[in-house]
Amino acid sequence: MADQPTASERFIQGILPENPVYRQLLGMCPTLAVTNGMKPAMTMVGATAFVLIMSNILVALIRGLLKPHLRILVFTLTIATFVTIADRFLGAYMYEMSKELGPYVPLIIVNCLIISRAEVCASKQSLGTAVADAAGMSLGFGLALASIATVREILGAGTWFGMAVLGSGWPAWGIMVLPPGAFLVLGLLLGGVNWFDDRRKRLAVTASE
Amino acid sequence: MSETPETNETLPAGENQPADESLPAGGPPEKKSYIGQAWLVILLAFFFGSVLALVQTTLGPKIAENKRNETYSVIPTLVPGSDRDMTEEVVVEGHNGRQIRLYKAIATDGSHLGWVIPARGQGFADVIEVLIGQSVDLSRITGMYVLAQKETPGLGDYIRGDDFLQRYKDKSTDTPLVVVKADPRQENEILSLTGATISSEAVTNILNSALENLKGKLEAHNGSIAAPEK
Repeated sequence: MADQPTASERFIQGILPENPVYRQLLGMCPTLAVTNGMKPAMTMVGATAFVLIMSNILVALIRGLLKPHLRILVFTLTIATFVTIADRFLGAYMYEMSKELGPYVPLIIVNCLIISRAEVCASKQSLGTAVADAAGMSLGFGLALASIATVREILGAGTWFGMAVLGSGWPAWGIMVLPPGAFLVLGLLLGGVNWFDDRRKRLAVTASE
Repeated sequence: MSETPETNETLPAGENQPADESLPAGGPPEKKSYIGQAWLVILLAFFFGSVLALVQTTLGPKIAENKRNETYSVIPTLVPGSDRDMTEEVVVEGHNGRQIRLYKAIATDGSHLGWVIPARGQGFADVIEVLIGQSVDLSRITGMYVLAQKETPGLGDYIRGDDFLQRYKDKSTDTPLVVVKADPRQENEILSLTGATISSEAVTNILNSALENLKGKLEAHNGSIAAPEK
């Protein structure tokens, strides 16, 4: 398959050109649900990255053995196993955070980002490419969640990673840390990203003429 | 799932190609083909199962310890006036024949104030674990706490909130509690959470059956202990 992207292309694509949140609109559930602060958002990114990288590694290793009509079953089995490991690990070593994230850690199983990478990349390309792809996508997912969580935590609580940023005079916008804030911020940032992208493309077109 | 050529012809050309390629020509006996198709899934299931068993045996005790620490930290709020460091653990056999580890809530002066009973049961999504604060004779709820739950975010997970748990406080448990959707009129009625009736009923049922299981079993363990030497 000569037209498949190389490892470095996969890695770069995951970060911005095919950003899972801003470009593919995948993984919206954690994006909206756990971005009320940087700490839960980054824990979620860590857990998702672990599951994504491990499942991509495993699927790439057994890709020659996959039967086409049973592949989804194998992907789901693989993802569920690593999600359970991540969930138990959080429960053992980050108990408070595990309670705060609640059902969202087990819900990583249904994050389409992970199964889509198994389907698109890991089941078709080499181990190295699959790892680069998972790393790029995880980084892209992390940047997207960080951008949303930063806006929400600073405006909603005046803090970042729990550290005071805006001082005690800031009237915390409570709505920002509540569910409506997630939709507002995601919508505005998504619109912003599209606007910049459009402008860049238009400038490139006029420059080439 | 029939593999006869007749059914294959009704499918669009090429659609069934990959599955057929892996079968030897002429079509093998059905049993053999199932194993031939699914051996990877079966093998992976065994492999993942063992990995998860290993993870659970390694991390399980640590998680249980975290839960115990959390239990200890909430005992003073579940049985008001009790002291965390005076708590004694008592293992009792319930009516269902199972051993249950209870926490005996004791005040700083050594007087026995009540019990904290860990209980669990099926909720809407997953098992719910609660801690029930009880008076000494198990006749009155002194506090409730949800230790673990995976109920629907935004609906069922409000069972963790004080707003809901306060509805149990100071209720008599001489008759089983029931969940109602309108303003409670009877002493034993609990107002359900809007949109989370199943979760509300789950918590109430867990509480009812835990108390039912223990009633009359704790007399031998009641009684104050000697105050610590000053």
